[in-house]
Amino acid sequence: MDERDVADMDEIKPPKSQTGIIGWIRQNLFNGTFNSILTVITLFFLWKTVPPLIRWFFIDSVWTTGSEACYTADGACWSVISNNIRFILFGLYPHDLQWRPLIAIALLVALLAYSRDRRRWRRSLFYIWATGLFVMGLLMKGGLFGLENVDTTRWSGLPLTLLLSIFGMVAAYPLGVLLALGRRSRMPAIKSLCVVYIEMIRGVPLISLLFMSSIMFPLFLPEGLTINKILRAQIAIILFTAAYIAEVVRGGLQAIPRGQYEAAESLGLNFPQKMRLIVLPQALKIVIPPTVGILVSAFKDTSLVVIIALYDLLKTTQSVLSNPKWMGFSSEAYIFIAFIYFICCFSMSNYSRKLERELGAGERH
Amino acid sequence: MNDTASEKQPEAAPIIEIVGMHKWFGDFHVLRDIHLTVKRQERIVICGPSGSGKSTLIRCINRLEEHQRGDIIVDGIELTNNIKNIEKIRAEVGMVFQHFNLFPHLTIMENLTLGPIWVRKVPKKEAEETAMHYLEKVQIAEQAEKYPGQLSGGQQQRVAIARSLCMKPKVMLFDEPTSALDPEMVKEVLDAMIELAEEGMTMLVVSHEMGFARSVAHRVLFMDFGRIVEENEPEAFFHHPQHERTQLFLSQILH
Repeated sequence: MDERDVADMDEIKPPKSQTGIIGWIRQNLFNGTFNSILTVITLFFLWKTVPPLIRWFFIDSVWTTGSEACYTADGACWSVISNNIRFILFGLYPHDLQWRPLIAIALLVALLAYSRDRRRWRRSLFYIWATGLFVMGLLMKGGLFGLENVDTTRWSGLPLTLLLSIFGMVAAYPLGVLLALGRRSRMPAIKSLCVVYIEMIRGVPLISLLFMSSIMFPLFLPEGLTINKILRAQIAIILFTAAYIAEVVRGGLQAIPRGQYEAAESLGLNFPQKMRLIVLPQALKIVIPPTVGILVSAFKDTSLVVIIALYDLLKTTQSVLSNPKWMGFSSEAYIFIAFIYFICCFSMSNYSRKLERELGAGERH
Repeated sequence: MNDTASEKQPEAAPIIEIVGMHKWFGDFHVLRDIHLTVKRQERIVICGPSGSGKSTLIRCINRLEEHQRGDIIVDGIELTNNIKNIEKIRAEVGMVFQHFNLFPHLTIMENLTLGPIWVRKVPKKEAEETAMHYLEKVQIAEQAEKYPGQLSGGQQQRVAIARSLCMKPKVMLFDEPTSALDPEMVKEVLDAMIELAEEGMTMLVVSHEMGFARSVAHRVLFMDFGRIVEENEPEAFFHHPQHERTQLFLSQILH
């Protein structure tokens, strides 16, 4: 291109009618009869629903009263939460010792916040997590350093939900990657084993796996030997999630061009190096969105453990609602735990977008 | 340029020896009875119509493809089915691909140091110094911290050449290194290859760049239907092609 061409390229601004607030409204809400009608209908609908909802939610609601006040109030009865918050969050955990799960959760949140920054992903982070998890376990279980022992059958509420989901995700992810690699293996035994595993697990609902782990599995154990109920549910969740992750990761592996494998091989990299340094970093990055989808749904699926009588967050909430004093306030209670679930799931997808952005830097083709 | 071939005589001991080698893709007989001896510091250009098996031939040399009959001996080691340390041989044989195949998730510097650090176990600092040396040689040292996707095709191919050189290979294989490039970028890549040739690197180049073949090659091979149909010194090859198919092919690409 010569200089004359560059000089001729004057900046041209867009027409005035398409800028500013009025422009935006005209362009987006009232361009054409049909869209104008839709806009009016939507506005009417919002006017009918939003103000009453706000009134129910905030203005007419009661927050810290007893249950009697709730029956006379017109709005929401948030007292069901505030009066039972400790049972909803910590369930059957001994009342006087509930500071321990509280600290454990705070520690977990702190660790997650610390690990957000990718620059901190070094070997030391691994040790920090190992220590953190040990301290959390110690706080929950006790029995050491003068902490009173708390039986795992009393672990419940939010700590149980977080335990099942976080360990479930953390263990399922590497297992899923191994299964995906196994399914693409050239060794027939490994390949068919992985295919059978993945297809079998994906062919049954999580509920049936949970039932099997809690009811059928103990029947096969020798007498006197029992495996912790939470652990059994945990393993079922891990095995289930891993099968789904495996298929997503396999999709990512297939998206990596042959040339990448060949370039890695021609440098003399062996199989583990080729996978770890070249193929997996690219494949796993491609499949971040579907992976997070699976992790988010795995997180919510932990609420299914209610059917094997584990007291997770959902179960503790239901127990509160079965108390005659608080019957009938299920909307408020469910909105509250939906809010907790939302916070967790939204932070996950939010973080995955951030990660995708960062990893995508400079990788345009 | 024309007399580089006569100036540097190749040494005696062969680095690659291929004897009676055959290869099939399924039922398709892609390489037939290949005999080829490459001496150290020898430079060979392989040309031929597409589908003639020339790429497959050089891909067999670092065993990206497996052959079914005959022998391939690289640097004294025979390539067989039960070979344990194929990585050892691959480390000695550099390869440059038509489509560069740089690692898009790594910076240029990381692309160059990966092999030396993980395969040769060179300390990181030393690997980076070597990488810088070769990047300067192919004249893109200033791009070291960028990612492959931010470079032009010609630059990427020069990075790919530098990446192979960082492994200090004994042989370099080039699989149509300029055919995926825009025309104006071909020369910068060929210049880098000519410089490499002048330093005495053993090179096998699949290419239709006849000017390059003429100035750099000791021998030119013509392949068709999986056979080496004709081989000769460049001058004789281009001016007095013996075989009918060679004559036809040369008339088509030289106009």
